[in-house]
Amino acid sequence: MKGEEVATSNGKPARSGFHPIDGMRDWWADAPHWQRYAVYIALIVFALILPAPWVGSFMSPDSDWTTVLIFPVGTYILLAVGLNIVVGHAGLLDLGFVAFFAIGAYTWASIGTSYGWSYWPTVVLGIFLASISGVILGAPTLRLRGDYLAIVTLGFGEIVRITANNTDAIGGARGITNVPHPEPIFGVEFFLDPAPYYYLMLFAIVLVVTFSVRLNKSRVGRAWAAIREDEDAAELMGVPTFKFKLLAFAIGAMIGGFAGTIYASKAVFIEPNNFPFILSATILAAVVLGGSGNLPGVILGAFVIAWLPERFRFLSEYRILIFGFVLVLMMALRPEGLLPSRQRKAELREGTGGMGAMGAEVAGPDSEASAEVAK
Amino acid sequence: MNTLLEFDNVTMRFGGVTALREVNISINEGEIFALIGPNGAGKTTVFNVITGVYQPTEGQVRFDGDRIDGMKRFKVTKRGIARTFQNIRLFHNMTALENVMVGVDAHHKTGAIGATLGLPWHRKEEKHGREMARELLDFVGIGRVEHNVAKNLSYGDQRRLEIARALATDPKLLLLDEPAAGMNPAEKNALQALIRKIRDDGRTVLLIEHDMGLVMHISDRLAVLDFGQKIAEGLPHEVQNNQKVIEAYLGVSEDAS
Repeated sequence: MKGEEVATSNGKPARSGFHPIDGMRDWWADAPHWQRYAVYIALIVFALILPAPWVGSFMSPDSDWTTVLIFPVGTYILLAVGLNIVVGHAGLLDLGFVAFFAIGAYTWASIGTSYGWSYWPTVVLGIFLASISGVILGAPTLRLRGDYLAIVTLGFGEIVRITANNTDAIGGARGITNVPHPEPIFGVEFFLDPAPYYYLMLFAIVLVVTFSVRLNKSRVGRAWAAIREDEDAAELMGVPTFKFKLLAFAIGAMIGGFAGTIYASKAVFIEPNNFPFILSATILAAVVLGGSGNLPGVILGAFVIAWLPERFRFLSEYRILIFGFVLVLMMALRPEGLLPSRQRKAELREGTGGMGAMGAEVAGPDSEASAEVAK
Repeated sequence: MNTLLEFDNVTMRFGGVTALREVNISINEGEIFALIGPNGAGKTTVFNVITGVYQPTEGQVRFDGDRIDGMKRFKVTKRGIARTFQNIRLFHNMTALENVMVGVDAHHKTGAIGATLGLPWHRKEEKHGREMARELLDFVGIGRVEHNVAKNLSYGDQRRLEIARALATDPKLLLLDEPAAGMNPAEKNALQALIRKIRDDGRTVLLIEHDMGLVMHISDRLAVLDFGQKIAEGLPHEVQNNQKVIEAYLGVSEDAS
């Protein structure tokens, strides 16, 4: 869908000046298959050699580069791709996304320590539990729109953290220690060396990105776009809007849970404070700053947000000051995000779809009544 | 002739305002039925009641033998009723083709799993959706702009695109809310031809329209609403000469000469 949208600029006035991003988009839209696959392969090769020490010596002089690439960088990217489905595609503002991350992490941590299950099936269980909790959260709340949904999801994130804090069966405030590492798979050992975790994370990201792109190009993605633009019109065109919003929530939650299971398997120790509200806010910032709705943008946004504080670690506390300054600067210079999707950019400019229903003047039955009954 | 849609004593109140009062309308299969009346008469409310946006305060709406009042909006659409809007409501940052594909999707089944795994039936549905959408864009005469973003289309083309999107849901009954508003005479003529073509395809058309020339020309029967009540119904020339209708439109005449 992205691809075709891009080829569609004929109706617009000719753009003046140099627009490298739009130019690249146009090229990408018309690029033949082999060129696209060449780019995919180049990106994967790039990702495979990314943990090299010489890269790390510049990117992260103060801490181990491969570890940084797993957490926060890889984890943030995975979470941002998940949240992007909820915020960027379906246009629902979710401020409690960290809850699903926590559910995934706690699933592996508690089952791995108490029951000694194998890691790999437990990942599936973690994803499943996260999606169930997404449905449980979404079913009653997705009838709300805009700000109200944001508040309820924020509450949900806190509820999950506080529940973990007060439940002794999963360690309470002390958390869970000695979380086991995954069992070897295909001869790869997971122990203290961070490299295997990096490749596991990379595999997860590639998988999730592929799924996300395919979804967005399908009937599901079109339904999300329609809901974002005009929820009432979408429903009248036969889109079961509630079902599709719930689906977005569930899929986003699955990805969050997936990220959680990987995180826990590497971290050895997890506690409720690993899942604060600020993490939800940071991931949301990554999505918005990167260009919500556009995967390359979201990934870039997550990378920048995760990497900046690590790069400036030598400044100790002041690094957060720099981080905040860069965020403000980015929002001031590129309010639509680093690499926005063209559709989202246009919506944002109209002040309707930018933050999903947040800014949308989508009329409920009542306001529509007053507008249309008078005719 | 079979009755396709039946309004049985429908009353619609919003608080103290009565938008529709005991309205009875029945529309036969295969006809072009027009709903006319002064501004504020309740015409769009009729559309909103039919499509499930409002649940009528009293009375029943039957479609093709089943009650549809109170049914969810997307189910009404799947049942075979589609509409356009008085103030155009396209998905205007999507392309013309995508807009229509959303309509075709109403009868598709692919979910998240089929789409992520690229299963065969998903591909088949995508292909079908694309072909149907192209066909419909050609049918309404805007095939050349399929890749344009909806909001960049001309006003007349946007109206046509709305019709194409509605047709994409394969409706038995198509509701058109002032389709000719803002069109020039040439466009109106083309629209007339289009509405006839839609009817000849076996669909029933219910339209709200202010352009009397168009209404009288095209409709098989029509009903007149005034202040939420039906004041006349019948063949165009009957309604045209109905005293009540003339009064509703022009006010009560004082010199009777």
